[in-house]
Amino acid sequence: MDSYIFYSLATILLIFSFFKDKKKTKKALKKAWKAFENILPEFLVVILLVGLLLAILNPQTISKIIGSESGWFGVLLAAIIGSITMIPGFVAFPTAAILLQNGAGHMQIAAFVSTLMMVGIVTLPVEIKYFGKKISILRNILAFFFSFIVALIIGMVVI
Amino acid sequence: MKKSIKRYRMFLITLFLIALLTLFNRKLGLTALSITGNSIKEMLLVIPPIFILLGLLDVWVPRETMIKYMGENSGLKGVLLAIFIGSAAAGPLYGAFPVAAVFMKKGVKFMNILIFLGAWSTTKIPMFLFEMAALGRTFAIARLLIDIPGIIIIAFILSKLVYKNEVEELYENAKTIN
Repeated sequence: MDSYIFYSLATILLIFSFFKDKKKTKKALKKAWKAFENILPEFLVVILLVGLLLAILNPQTISKIIGSESGWFGVLLAAIIGSITMIPGFVAFPTAAILLQNGAGHMQIAAFVSTLMMVGIVTLPVEIKYFGKKISILRNILAFFFSFIVALIIGMVVI
Repeated sequence: MKKSIKRYRMFLITLFLIALLTLFNRKLGLTALSITGNSIKEMLLVIPPIFILLGLLDVWVPRETMIKYMGENSGLKGVLLAIFIGSAAAGPLYGAFPVAAVFMKKGVKFMNILIFLGAWSTTKIPMFLFEMAALGRTFAIARLLIDIPGIIIIAFILSKLVYKNEVEELYENAKTIN
């Protein structure tokens, strides 16, 4: 849905740019391609690994291990699963809803959703390329622990 | 040619291993490959406009403008802009990294880049609507309210943990990436 907005925006600006300065527009497109091709090899590896992970960890398997009685151990497992998987949001939320229906707890789902979006172990090589080892690893660790705070508060708020 | 084979070496090895897996466990391998196919489709759908916008930003917006709005002395304005740009974005987290590189090139304050990254990862507006529909209003709003201070605190801690010369090195590195 929102990709339409981005395509429209990019097209309009591109046309505008083209009429204003053809040379600059060509340069912009060249830069865009270079930036894309630069991370393509890492992208492709990540996407293959994600495919493999999701094939192994299907919804039934996940809801079995993060049921509402699983407590903090379940939260920890959910956070770990969320960290190693990487699912686009519009798949992730319906998946999370299915997990809830299959018996997963709210706290566990909160941890899962939170690490799913903020922690990326498979995307770490790409992140390191831009942010270096230290910052990338620290950011992921902080986001991992932050997810427990999210789980705690969601556990108190959502009944 | 040799250089590009070297760059794509990891990809080729992974592909080979998954192909090997498919020989032993046909169902698992084929599922993995079909999910990969879907991800590539998603990537092709989301990524091109982001990179085109990036290229245009790089060419048209002068460094001085970016520094003024998001640089060292941009204050609250810079923080709010970082949250807004990150939240309005589409696509998975890895799409944020090249944007961050252009920000570095344009002299955006490091903490604002980290806030932008946090916002992109978790407070995206279109995703929020999805979350509300799938997991309920209370869940989504509570999470958003925790996340906003959360990403600012994480960005603050991170920016305190790195040395000035490390940030400078990253900014130098960003120039060579794009």
